[in-house]
Amino acid sequence: MDNPYVIEMLHITKRFPGIIANDDITLQLRRGEIHALLGENGAGKSTLMSVLFGMYQPEEGEIRKDGKKVAINNPNDANDLGIGMVHQHFKLVECFSVLDNIIMGVEPNRFGFLQKKEAREKVLALSEKYGLRVDPDALIEDITVGMQQRTEILKMLYRENEILIFDEPTAVLTPQEIDELMQIMKNLAAEGKSILFISHKLAEIMAVADRCTVLRKGKYIGTVETKNTTMEELSAMMVGRNVNFHVEKKPAEPGEVILDIEHMTVASKVHKNNAVKDVSLKVRAGEIVCLAGIDGNGQTEFVYGLTGLEPLVSGKVTLLGQDITRASIRYRSTHGMSHIPEDRHKHGLVLDYTLEDNIVLERYFEPEFTNSMGFLRRDNIRSYAERLIDEYDIRSGQGPITIARSMSGGNQQKAIIAREIDKNPELLVAVQPTRGLDVGAIEGVHRQLVAQRDAGKAVLLVSLELDEVMDVPDRILVMYEGEIVGELDPKQTTQEELGLYMAGAKRDEVKA
Amino acid sequence: MKKSFWKNNAVQSLLASLICILLGLLIGYIVLLCINPAGASGAIMAVIKNFMNYSRASLQLKNFGATLVKTAPLLMCALSVLFAYKAGLFNIGAAGQYTVGICASLYAALAWHWSWIACMLFAILVGALWGTIPGLLKAYCNVNVVISGIMLNWIGLYSTNMILTKVKETTSPYTFHLATENPSAILPTLGLEKLFSGNDKVTLAIPLSILLAIAISVILEKTRFGYELKATGGNPNAAKYAGMAEKRNTILTLAIAGALAGLGAALMYLTDFEQWQCTTSSVPGMGFSGIAATFLGGLNPIGTIFASYFIQHITSGGAFVDKTMYCSQISDLISSLIIYLCGFVLFLKTSMNSIIARNEEKRAAAAKAAAQAEGGDR
Ligand SMILES: Nc1ncnc2c1ncn2[C@@H]1O[C@H](COP(=O)(O)OP(=O)(O)OP(=O)(O)O)[C@@H](O)[C@H]1O
Ligand SMILES: [Mg+2]
Repeated sequence: MDNPYVIEMLHITKRFPGIIANDDITLQLRRGEIHALLGENGAGKSTLMSVLFGMYQPEEGEIRKDGKKVAINNPNDANDLGIGMVHQHFKLVECFSVLDNIIMGVEPNRFGFLQKKEAREKVLALSEKYGLRVDPDALIEDITVGMQQRTEILKMLYRENEILIFDEPTAVLTPQEIDELMQIMKNLAAEGKSILFISHKLAEIMAVADRCTVLRKGKYIGTVETKNTTMEELSAMMVGRNVNFHVEKKPAEPGEVILDIEHMTVASKVHKNNAVKDVSLKVRAGEIVCLAGIDGNGQTEFVYGLTGLEPLVSGKVTLLGQDITRASIRYRSTHGMSHIPEDRHKHGLVLDYTLEDNIVLERYFEPEFTNSMGFLRRDNIRSYAERLIDEYDIRSGQGPITIARSMSGGNQQKAIIAREIDKNPELLVAVQPTRGLDVGAIEGVHRQLVAQRDAGKAVLLVSLELDEVMDVPDRILVMYEGEIVGELDPKQTTQEELGLYMAGAKRDEVKA
Repeated sequence: MKKSFWKNNAVQSLLASLICILLGLLIGYIVLLCINPAGASGAIMAVIKNFMNYSRASLQLKNFGATLVKTAPLLMCALSVLFAYKAGLFNIGAAGQYTVGICASLYAALAWHWSWIACMLFAILVGALWGTIPGLLKAYCNVNVVISGIMLNWIGLYSTNMILTKVKETTSPYTFHLATENPSAILPTLGLEKLFSGNDKVTLAIPLSILLAIAISVILEKTRFGYELKATGGNPNAAKYAGMAEKRNTILTLAIAGALAGLGAALMYLTDFEQWQCTTSSVPGMGFSGIAATFLGGLNPIGTIFASYFIQHITSGGAFVDKTMYCSQISDLISSLIIYLCGFVLFLKTSMNSIIARNEEKRAAAAKAAAQAEGGDR
């Protein structure tokens, strides 16, 4: 009897303080298939994959490889069994080169001397074969997220892993990179590798996966063949209700100008040129303006300049009629600006703080949370956090006292969104607010953005996601190489036209 | 119930610290065995017993007092290191801040004849200024505080030697005795000497340092300032994003750390327990031992009180090692071995956690297997 399954995870149960992250979950991976894992934020997907990769030990259940029971006590065991993983948050050494990161731990050596040449050839051959473009000598800190991810993939291939786990690989990629990755995954599967793939994007799952297993709140819901199902069916399985993919909104009624940016120029950290060149734009009360563009065209620096994280080279920023060009971050934050940062781990959270301490990260000094003697008012912090956890459906093991680091990626993001929106800002700067969120949560965030708008607030959305760019805003500004090259009306334009602007193939003179 | 007890953070810290201490004593014992097996157990017992080596109760108390006198400055140095550590700064410069604190307190006392309280405040101020320098360098030039701290340690040492030469005895390298030159600069005993059979070096320093440890604990855990500080230590980018004045906080943190170390020096030298030797050629070990005490205390201000006492206890105990069997450096060697091992507390804690986790899994697996076997029988 031939066993079609290369990996079987049978009746896996894994508990964390206050929560059963995996409750009797069974997952069977066929040889050579791409198997998607779908579930809401906090459903236990990353945990299940970490169990397979030997980072957590399940309390119950067993894992079989080729039908034989195996013990995976640590990632080394997993590696010996041919299991590799690209984590949701990459695990690379920033100040090492791509090549060094790939061979780390399995360095080829002769009498203890590194044989880098051999390694380089092998890496180059692999990168050629699978179309994984990398520069082996570049330092990790200097390369794009996409290339970092390709480095992670090469790391697995270099170790000759047969079972590849991808934890939300597309959350951080641009649409172009996503297409490339999809192709790479298909090539790998055609080579006979078996792939486990976590994603919140149903379209991707439909496009590459053969089968899809759905989890909900730690429980196994079912496994379906993608060719026999639809996106609607999948999302209903996952959240237990129908999800509306289209954002419902009334026509905008723009009012007075809330944010006025004139001739903003911001220096770049990575190259000599300015990253943002002479950008002018206005955002009015009651409208959502989206800054669209391919990653790396100056959006990050633009937001840094706007929020005060980086100084401007030149230009003027006016918020509610007040010149804030040189205002401190605190001043901006207390005078009507909220900022959902691009990178939740870099700026958004103090990972070793509790959830409640992170929720008051920008308000801890207010009289509500600190008394006149400078002591924190714990009770108020606690009840405030509890309210937000409830309102924004932030799921975690121990509620307000959960350490942020132990929360699932999507719930970390929800905590930040709750914190920023609940400040009730006049201007909300939301940079990729739905990164890493499940479809249900995305729907919720989009609804909240529209609600802000309808309440007469200004929203500046920065997004790489084409669907989001087309669906949510009232106006689209396209950024290309640090300049605004086009203003589009989402109701009039098409994804194709948007793509031309984003690629720099088309541009208009835009007046702010 | 039992599980949660072992997983409790405080319990783990305590356990890890105790294991480190035992390990240190064991290694010390092995070293003694290697040098001279005959006296090893006697010597290690002497170190552990410290003042208990005396048989008369009054002498015991008096020497217990002496250990306490040296605990106060160590505790201050440990608090200095700990405070900065919570903000993500490694204040190896505590030793230098302590040194300039000595300089300030003794010079104010001996050259200007100030009273103890003025001398103490002056030492605090100078320590704070000395801490501010690496703070400014870090905040505005992004200079690593460890590097600038180490350099400033030496600058502080030689400046102190130079300045205190003005108030030293003509025939020796030691500074004047406070008792003869300016008794008003000696810290008040608050009647504490009565508890330690007349040891009048036991002063205000001891209760004051303990109170400060409690104060630091409160500041870190309960106040807005502590919240900001730990946020900056935990993720400087997020602190900046949240609008915390990271530069100001860095400078302020190191100034406070410097003030604590400077005060430590005043608490030591304004008791007239020791004089400064103006030919000293190494930075006083107090600041460095403070690092060990911080870690041995599980990075907790209250834990640090006990850790500081323990380190002084064995350091003083080293003096009781039989010098006919071992050379005189042995006492320092043994205590430094133990202090060295104190640095392993955090490491031990992590390994302990993984061992606990593994055991639990094994137990769970065994229970499951047993349950299955039973099920199978039926
Ligand atoms: N190390 C940990 N300690 C404590 N709780 C944890 C830990 N890791 C995960 N959890 C909890 O387990 C649950 C499942 O988390 P997991 O990261 O597996 O979710 P996920 O399905 O990957 O979600 P997302 O889509 O948001 O990434 C969460 O509620 C999380 O808080
Ligand atoms: Mg996850």
